[in-house]
Amino acid sequence: MIKRSIIALITSAAFVSTAFAGTLVINFDDPNPAPKAGFEAAVAAFEAANPDINVTVNINDREAHKTAIRNFLSANAPDITSWYPGNRMGPFVDAGQFEDISDLWASDENLSSNFEAIKPTMTRDGKQWGVPYTYYQWGVYYRADVYADNGLTEPATWDELLANCDTLKANGITPFTIGTKYLWTAAGVFDYLNLRTNGYDVHNALTAGEIKYTDDRIKATFANWETMLERCSFIDNHATMSWQEAIPPFASGDAAMYVMGNFAVAAFKDAGLTDDQIGYFPFPEITPGMPRAEEAPADAFFIPSGAKNKEDARKFLSFIARPEIQAAWNKTIGQLPPNSKSAINTDDKFIVEGFATVSTAAGLAQFYDRDAPAEMAKGGMEGFQEFMIKPERLEDILKRLDKIQDRVYK
Amino acid sequence: MADNFDTRSNRSWYSRNRQKIAPWIFLAPALIFFTVYVVAPIFQSLWISLYEWNGISEAKWVGLDNYVELFDDRRFYISLENNIIWLVLYMLAVPAGLFVALFLNQTIMGMRFYKSLFFFPFVISQVVVGLIFSWFYNPSFGAVGIIWEYFGAVPPSILGDERFVTYGIIFAGLWPQVAYCMILYLTGLNNVSQDQVEAGRLDGAKGWKMLRYVVLPQLWPATFLAIIVTVIGALRSFDMIAIMTQGGPYGTSNVLSYFMYETALSEYGFRMGYGSAIAVMLFVIMLFFISYFLWVMYKDEKGER
Repeated sequence: MIKRSIIALITSAAFVSTAFAGTLVINFDDPNPAPKAGFEAAVAAFEAANPDINVTVNINDREAHKTAIRNFLSANAPDITSWYPGNRMGPFVDAGQFEDISDLWASDENLSSNFEAIKPTMTRDGKQWGVPYTYYQWGVYYRADVYADNGLTEPATWDELLANCDTLKANGITPFTIGTKYLWTAAGVFDYLNLRTNGYDVHNALTAGEIKYTDDRIKATFANWETMLERCSFIDNHATMSWQEAIPPFASGDAAMYVMGNFAVAAFKDAGLTDDQIGYFPFPEITPGMPRAEEAPADAFFIPSGAKNKEDARKFLSFIARPEIQAAWNKTIGQLPPNSKSAINTDDKFIVEGFATVSTAAGLAQFYDRDAPAEMAKGGMEGFQEFMIKPERLEDILKRLDKIQDRVYK
Repeated sequence: MADNFDTRSNRSWYSRNRQKIAPWIFLAPALIFFTVYVVAPIFQSLWISLYEWNGISEAKWVGLDNYVELFDDRRFYISLENNIIWLVLYMLAVPAGLFVALFLNQTIMGMRFYKSLFFFPFVISQVVVGLIFSWFYNPSFGAVGIIWEYFGAVPPSILGDERFVTYGIIFAGLWPQVAYCMILYLTGLNNVSQDQVEAGRLDGAKGWKMLRYVVLPQLWPATFLAIIVTVIGALRSFDMIAIMTQGGPYGTSNVLSYFMYETALSEYGFRMGYGSAIAVMLFVIMLFFISYFLWVMYKDEKGER
């Protein structure tokens, strides 16, 4: 008797989980408090607007998600998963594991008109594959109080930046902090130097493998970097530090500037700094008159081709493209909404400045390790780190990068 | 009578061959798991190393291309060189373990406590050892920084300098490894025959001579084991590198096992074919040592030594 009722229970449970067509499974990649709250609020709003759809959410740690996605896309695909645009979505698009949603981009009122700036990074082979829900600016974060104490102002040009560095060094302050143990922070500096020296098109051509690293234009970028290493020193021992471990010198005022993404502001505040002590300026102009491009990596949602409920998945993607949803979500996580009609949080000065910076940019780069294929990115970033420690090896490093490039893009 | 005869001739094949089958039944679980989880993956790696495969797309047959690329890859030679440095320096754990064991092999009050202190690093996780040493080496707040600054010197960035980084990690790795060898020797010392030591003493042997000609030969099994675990430990040094440097700065502290992981399974990797080629090279190196050890053990058992 008991046995029978247990069997009945199990079968009914199995029945329940498959019975309703309106079950939507979403895999999300950030369990930190703010991103989780933002995501869950959006899901709750979606459920309220679509009472017949029952959403199941799986939240995984970001690093775990990066590994797990390779299994769950083929073995047990959810209806929606978070992932990253640019070259990061490349392997899955090429393997046919993401659903082509160009039709949604063409028909949806928001996607068709308010996402022009970010559309290229969601595009591969002329089709769109995902919907971005957030992005954030990069730039130079600096200690406003340290700047004021030394009589400095935000630099708009390369020469002004170098002059500021001279003053800071003369007063015993290291101009820049950085932690390159995990390599990508060095790529942020390279991206900006290259974007400012050669512009967006040359930078894109480099990460697309169309220009060699030994090209004179790229060498000019490294020459500027060498100047920066000499006159604007970075803190010592950066190769042993993560980006978080590089914050204490910044918080103590021993270092004045940090080339970083906006997510670092929360960490600065955790280290004891207040809004008034932190300032932001876009990376200064190097080549006069060069149109200003910015780093602005986006996060997005994709529909796996193995999804069971693609119809409701499209509904969800269309829903999160709405301006009011993107506004609320990004207010919670302190980032920028990709929908250009969406309101930004005007109480956050970094968001206001960041929005002014990226919305007027001539082009948006996704970051070196998303714009370049993974293997090139790894080799390139190791080269950048080596260059920062041993600038005299430049020739050798660039030749090595050319060799990797020859193989990766063949 | 007839009944009896009948049962005997009807005895099943199993009962007739019970003696021969029983060992295989007992061995079966181990054999099955060993085949599925050890032998099969070895051949699978060999097979995958002939393909270009990112783990999700179609695998593409490239023949020996991965090996051709590997032998032209600077990172491979850096890793190989570091592996050799690891092998050589890690061997210090054997004499160091012997020294500590001899030192601890006396009957003093509280000796068990001291022994457990020396054994402690082997008990804690390698990850923890790695973390402790990266703090220890930190030039700004670590012990190294404080000591150097006390003498008015500029502290070296051990984990950030390509010249020191591998030695720094090996030194950290030696800490638990010495403890391991020490334990092997302590148990070995328990079995040293007191008669022979007495006899040696009567013949006037003491100090170094006693150790070299009387004690050490009896410790041969412990020494052999210590060498095996140290060689294997050096070749699969992975956790320390993953925790302390991730192969950095710019790949100079890489070893084959971490290089393989980085190529095949890390964020910027997923070149399964190339990673498998590295795994095969590592396997060949290990095979060389393992065959030697097996050969020595075989000779030992035949009593030819």
